[in-house]
Amino acid sequence: MSNTILPFGPQHPVLPEPIHLSLTVEDEVVRQAVPALGYVHRGLEMLTRKKDFHQMIQVVERVCGICSMMHAMCYCRGIETLMDIEVPRRAQFLRVIWSELHRIHSHLLWLGLYADSFGFESVFMQFWKIRERIMDINEATAGNRVIVSVNRVGGVRRDLSPSQCWWIGEQLDEVETELKAIESTMLDNYTVKKRTVGKGVLTKEDAWELGAAGPTLRGSGIARDMRELKYEALDELEFEPVVETGGDAYARGAVRFKETLQSIDLVRRAMARLPGGETAAKVKGKPEGETALRVEQPRGECMYYIKADGSRFLDRLRIRTPTFANIPPLTAMLPGIELADVPVVVLSIDPCISCTER
Amino acid sequence: MFKKIMERSRIKSPWLVHYDCGSCNGCDIETLACLTPLYDVERFGVLNIGNPKHADVLIVTGSVNTRNRHVLEQIHRQMPSPKIVIAVGSCGLSGGIFKEAYNVVGGVDRVIPVDVYVPGCPARPEAIIDGVVEGLSVLADKQRRPDAANGAVAVDHTNSEILYESR
Amino acid sequence: MNPVDMTTETLRQQAKQIKADGCRFVTVTCLEETEDTLALIYHFEKNLELFHYRVRIPKDKVVPSLCPVFSAAFLVENEIRDQFGVTFEDLEPDFNGTLYFGDSDVVTATPFCRFGVKRADG
Repeated sequence: MSNTILPFGPQHPVLPEPIHLSLTVEDEVVRQAVPALGYVHRGLEMLTRKKDFHQMIQVVERVCGICSMMHAMCYCRGIETLMDIEVPRRAQFLRVIWSELHRIHSHLLWLGLYADSFGFESVFMQFWKIRERIMDINEATAGNRVIVSVNRVGGVRRDLSPSQCWWIGEQLDEVETELKAIESTMLDNYTVKKRTVGKGVLTKEDAWELGAAGPTLRGSGIARDMRELKYEALDELEFEPVVETGGDAYARGAVRFKETLQSIDLVRRAMARLPGGETAAKVKGKPEGETALRVEQPRGECMYYIKADGSRFLDRLRIRTPTFANIPPLTAMLPGIELADVPVVVLSIDPCISCTER
Repeated sequence: MFKKIMERSRIKSPWLVHYDCGSCNGCDIETLACLTPLYDVERFGVLNIGNPKHADVLIVTGSVNTRNRHVLEQIHRQMPSPKIVIAVGSCGLSGGIFKEAYNVVGGVDRVIPVDVYVPGCPARPEAIIDGVVEGLSVLADKQRRPDAANGAVAVDHTNSEILYESR
Repeated sequence: MNPVDMTTETLRQQAKQIKADGCRFVTVTCLEETEDTLALIYHFEKNLELFHYRVRIPKDKVVPSLCPVFSAAFLVENEIRDQFGVTFEDLEPDFNGTLYFGDSDVVTATPFCRFGVKRADG
């Protein structure tokens, strides 16, 4: 049978976001996948000409709503490096707490969508029910459910009281119990394994070569987590990157599930060690120079390049997001799999298109 | 008789299709959160489906850009009348924080007529549910007077200017 | 960060060397330095450390693509093609400036350049 080119997206029932893939299929088997982007491209990097470096925090938060906290944290860290600002220790711990809460909510969100992609709707609902506790924590501590907007140049805007920490701990205990209850469903269930094991395999060599990031990389057996850079308060909080060796959709799901539990643990330890003091340093002057730095987002490493010329407006802001790095591996994963498995494999990299296109 | 059943059920159980039009995902996940246990709009009979030809309500999140405006127009055209459009989030309303970006056309109403505007960055699930309920009265209105409703809303797809008049 | 300067002639050769050293490709940043010149900063990573290499080019210069060495480079090079109008040699797959903008779209110039240049293909 001759090859057929099938369009996949931009509006597709399983895709929460618009991405277009041109799939060349032979019978039911995909032979080649070519991505087409641009449905969410806004040109945020160019807003540096219209908004000053303080206002840009609000813009980078909206690069992606799901990992907004990490975007703002990375951006603020960049500006602080350029301006030589010492961030108070308490602010560093608070940043870790909020960023790990974001990782939990992002992973739970993804685990739900992933379960939905292979038709396991009850697990989808379960994960989203658990996630609402994290959203409540966000709302109670920062005032907004999704875009928490806690970062500012020099520290954080909000503080946590001891009673809030106690309450967060209580909520996280509940989250952990509920997660443990569906752990075996997600990791050992026959149906789940049938749909995910061996689907979209990315070998260790390919993952390294194609520049995969985050859980996609760690699912292929490479222990690389940008939190090993020990930014913010992570130098005091030890942790081991979660690694799986399968390289398939199942391994990537398992990495994310285990990371969720790990993040809960990190938040707990960060809250236990939370030091006293100020939450933000005074900011004077304007940034100058160039810097490149990275943080670990739920989807992987995110790199910011910032160049400033001493004025209120930045010269250049370049954001390399994890999904941008994961699209070349995705095009390598798709050939050879059956058409009905395409949604599962596409979702397994946790695509965030609004990050990718900015 | 059959027409009456249709009219009743359209209001009692509207089917909606969601299209992300260049938003930051914040509103999308809140729209999805509406469907999951805590908010659960299915108890009101609201059903999310992926196919625009089955849908009565189009929920659009995010600002329109130069490429996805055609997709948005196509989805809107494919939906059967009577239909309503709900723009969710600040950037769906006006372009929001992205308004000044070079690739952004603006709010959803620059391309297709919008019936209900839900503000917020991101809009809260309660607000989105409220917007859908608000939209149902518009839908009932359009159903009662199909000619008037459809006649007043007209968009010239060749021009980016707003050419329709408000109802 | 201190970028090492490179030229377009040695770019691919050095990239091969960098790859042989066990480095991973991270991304390319393009920025407009003056009215007629652009700078491409190539970011590589090894053992959690970033390495930067800078190439300065005039705006109309054709740059050899890194795709034959690091195949992951195709996406970012297509993006730079869209935003700055830089043409890359041996780019595979080449979207020819339509990664983000379609044929009928209004944005046709090079949106990321303060001093725009006309695209070769009009």
